[in-house]
Amino acid sequence: MNGSKVFWRGIFGENPIFRLLLGMCPALAVSIAANQGLGMGLAATAVLVASNILISLLRSVIPDKIRIPCFIVVIATFVTMVDLIMAAFVPALHEVLGIFIPLIVVNCIILQRAEAFASKNGVWRSTLDGLGMGAGFTLALVLVSSIREIFGSGTLFGLDIFWFWQSFEPMRIMVSPPGAFIVLGLLIGLINFLSVRKA
Amino acid sequence: MDIKKLTVSSSPHFHSKNSVRRAMLWVLAALTPAALFAVYYYGAYVLVLLLAGIVTAVACEALILMLRKKPVSGALDGSAAVTGLLLALNVPAGAPWWLVVIGSFLAIGIGKQVFGGIGHNPFNPALAARAILVVSWPARMTDWVGPGLVSAATPLAQYRAGNVVPSYLDLFFGFRPGSLGEMSVFLLLVGGLTLIFLKIIDWKIPVSFVGTVALLTWVLPREGQTAFFAGDPLFHVLSGGLILGAFFMATDWTTSPITKRGRIVMGVGAGIITAIIRLYGGLPEGVTFAILIMNACTPLIDRFTLGKSFGSARGAS
Repeated sequence: MNGSKVFWRGIFGENPIFRLLLGMCPALAVSIAANQGLGMGLAATAVLVASNILISLLRSVIPDKIRIPCFIVVIATFVTMVDLIMAAFVPALHEVLGIFIPLIVVNCIILQRAEAFASKNGVWRSTLDGLGMGAGFTLALVLVSSIREIFGSGTLFGLDIFWFWQSFEPMRIMVSPPGAFIVLGLLIGLINFLSVRKA
Repeated sequence: MDIKKLTVSSSPHFHSKNSVRRAMLWVLAALTPAALFAVYYYGAYVLVLLLAGIVTAVACEALILMLRKKPVSGALDGSAAVTGLLLALNVPAGAPWWLVVIGSFLAIGIGKQVFGGIGHNPFNPALAARAILVVSWPARMTDWVGPGLVSAATPLAQYRAGNVVPSYLDLFFGFRPGSLGEMSVFLLLVGGLTLIFLKIIDWKIPVSFVGTVALLTWVLPREGQTAFFAGDPLFHVLSGGLILGAFFMATDWTTSPITKRGRIVMGVGAGIITAIIRLYGGLPEGVTFAILIMNACTPLIDRFTLGKSFGSARGAS
């Protein structure tokens, strides 16, 4: 598999949210508004790329039997850094995402990429993999959270998009947990439908 | 020569005239008196809501069947029309028409066709959509009005607030605010008993459901009181959506158990949940959620109430 394929499959063929069904927890919990989805996606991408690079570099050093704890230590280090950086530079977003930033440590996508890819591949390919998977995750999160914000609050990235339709009454279920499941389920169904038809 | 007439198929060779279409037309007919009573009580605007529900449901079913490349005639088997009518009967008279249209769309789209269409939905589509509407537009779904569309509280809300409630006779014949289809207990009973007589629905679910609610609301003290055996079971049976839910929605073929014992379990379970929500819960009424929760339990109930096949070893399951 060449480099560009490694990158693009994270966005389309093996999109972590829509095809691998990994990282469901942030996709469901912090997708109420588009800026949350974007922030969460970028934070997870930063951790994913950094941990992929480091684990790929350390792959001949890490003993096979205790590789999972080693991965977790690496990931937790980067999550702590991202957490502190976000608290310093984007405190408002950091406040909203709250506990879900420390929880990136147990994000299945990051651990799965470390286990399935970075520990078996070179640095360059692992970087591309991290970027691709991160981009796929971020795009999926922005898509889910945009739909939820448009229908649930009548805004997009905080902008009032129904200014021409003042009587619009937001569909409150979209910003509550059941709405996340409904939107995600319908999107996965749609993407399966499109990929089946394409094949 | 017509070869079709000479081909012998495998048994059974005799069919009853029962079909989904016939049953659904009977359900529609059984709901009509209660629906017409709402039109009479609230005014002609209600007719718009009812028609909006039915037309949207059938159109939506036809559209999705077309997209799924299934026979579009399936939309006319009556099941979509029943779902649309039930959804419309589950909104208050103060609801705007778009609420019914969205609800009907959600009932068919998310409640039914997403799972594979008729016979495959785990939840009663009309109630699933109603639950979505209640969460989405809580103010619209509790916009209770009296005749002439003046604001009014439902008997259950009055009861909870400790106010005077309508007399039993008014409750029985339906002269009180409420969702469109739940008001006239008398007309609902006429329709429901007709369906039981025609064996379209089974008596076990409604009887055990209503009986459990009556028993529990009689025995248990409501919140803030301590005396047992001092409740008002007749009031609880006659108010809210209990009769509509017990006869027309808990008995949905797809989402209720198929075994005899299972149906009793379903009715008793729904009755317990309804009574607990009404007596101690955060909402005045709990029929919707009671039925939805028991819908979710239906596969489990069927599994545990299946009879043993004759000749199987004792103790083996």
